[in-house]
Amino acid sequence: MNVRLWGTRGSLASPGSDTARYGGNTSCVEVRGSAGGVLVIDAGTGIRRLGRTLAGVARVDVLLSHLHMDHIQGLGFFAPLHDRSVETHIWGPARSVDDLAARLRRYLSPPLFPVHLRDLPRLVLHPLPAGTFDVGEFHVTAEPVCHPGFTVGLRIAADGATLAYMSDHEPALGVADFPTAGDWTSGYDVARDADLLLHDAQYSLAEYPDHVGWGHSALDHTLAFARLAGVKHLVTFHHDPWHGDDDIERLTAEACARVAVPCKVTVGAEGALFELAAPSRA
Amino acid sequence: MSQKPIELILMRQLASSLAMPTFLVDHDGTLVFYNEPAEHLLGMRFDETGEMPVGQWATVWQPAEADGTPRPVERLPLAITIAERRPARGDFWIHALDGTRRHIEVTALPLIRVADELVGAVAVFWELPS
Ligand SMILES: [Zn+2]
Ligand SMILES: [Zn+2]
Repeated sequence: MNVRLWGTRGSLASPGSDTARYGGNTSCVEVRGSAGGVLVIDAGTGIRRLGRTLAGVARVDVLLSHLHMDHIQGLGFFAPLHDRSVETHIWGPARSVDDLAARLRRYLSPPLFPVHLRDLPRLVLHPLPAGTFDVGEFHVTAEPVCHPGFTVGLRIAADGATLAYMSDHEPALGVADFPTAGDWTSGYDVARDADLLLHDAQYSLAEYPDHVGWGHSALDHTLAFARLAGVKHLVTFHHDPWHGDDDIERLTAEACARVAVPCKVTVGAEGALFELAAPSRA
Repeated sequence: MSQKPIELILMRQLASSLAMPTFLVDHDGTLVFYNEPAEHLLGMRFDETGEMPVGQWATVWQPAEADGTPRPVERLPLAITIAERRPARGDFWIHALDGTRRHIEVTALPLIRVADELVGAVAVFWELPS
């Protein structure tokens, strides 16, 4: 299973010379299985460039973790949605197909966008249920996690490897001595023992007290969560728009000095590719 | 170790910050948490009681009518809420584990998530003047 980051920025696209290394596009991740299946997680502005690389693909499944603007803003610019040769399936958290369509229509309709959702040629909507289901070769688990609105964390297993994705997640909300026990921690089952965890790392510990309840993590919480869940590799994600590349590197180093984690830690960078292999058996 | 549903986790986090005695059970009625103000009325810290199945917590505090007649589990507000997925309230007497007899009033609410799934129930309660 190959995982490529097309957008790592949180909240608002933030292009500029100070964000060039880690990227200014909002959340979008491409997942490719060995059988050729293509999953896209979230449709932030990063999805535009991803769309251009999917020529020849007959079916694309887009999983939306939630419907905040920074996770759907790229949808209208995703080339496969306008291509009659491609069937696009969108899975998003909702109570019914009607509900999902209505929620997406708030953005994909005039005056916010010139094209109506109903005019997209081969679009199939699926309300994202909590629980586990299969999308082609991928075994997907979607579980509600702590973030305003109905938001799911995603766990994707294929080829013997596991990816966990929680771009917008505040597991420390209301927990005085975070982290406590795994069974009382939001997102724990989604992330547990994952080979790769893409996780919200929006704020520094100093910034967090002014943003409690906004649905995001301080870097120290992100590291502590990764340690609690026993993941093998943490990739920080959903960088704050106010953090330039140098800020991100400094804040990450400072947090890593405070919170020891046994796993590898990588700052999520637009364009990065992670190849997840099944654990080899000696 | 299996993670609790997010709604129970959030309710516990909320309960931890409230000054109202609050008691939390999961979908089958198992006690999973009560907060510090509840510890005060129940006469024991949650760390000491831990999780308890409904058959145990519904008797350990000896819920009873004013005349001492035991109140059966199916007539406790939280048990009604879990069984019928609706709010319920009631008042009765308990024996706190510190030996005090208290008259309490309980209001229980179901916790129903999307897809109409009952994940548990929460009860707030307080002591009535005797
Ligand atoms: Zn976001
Ligand atoms: Zn969000």
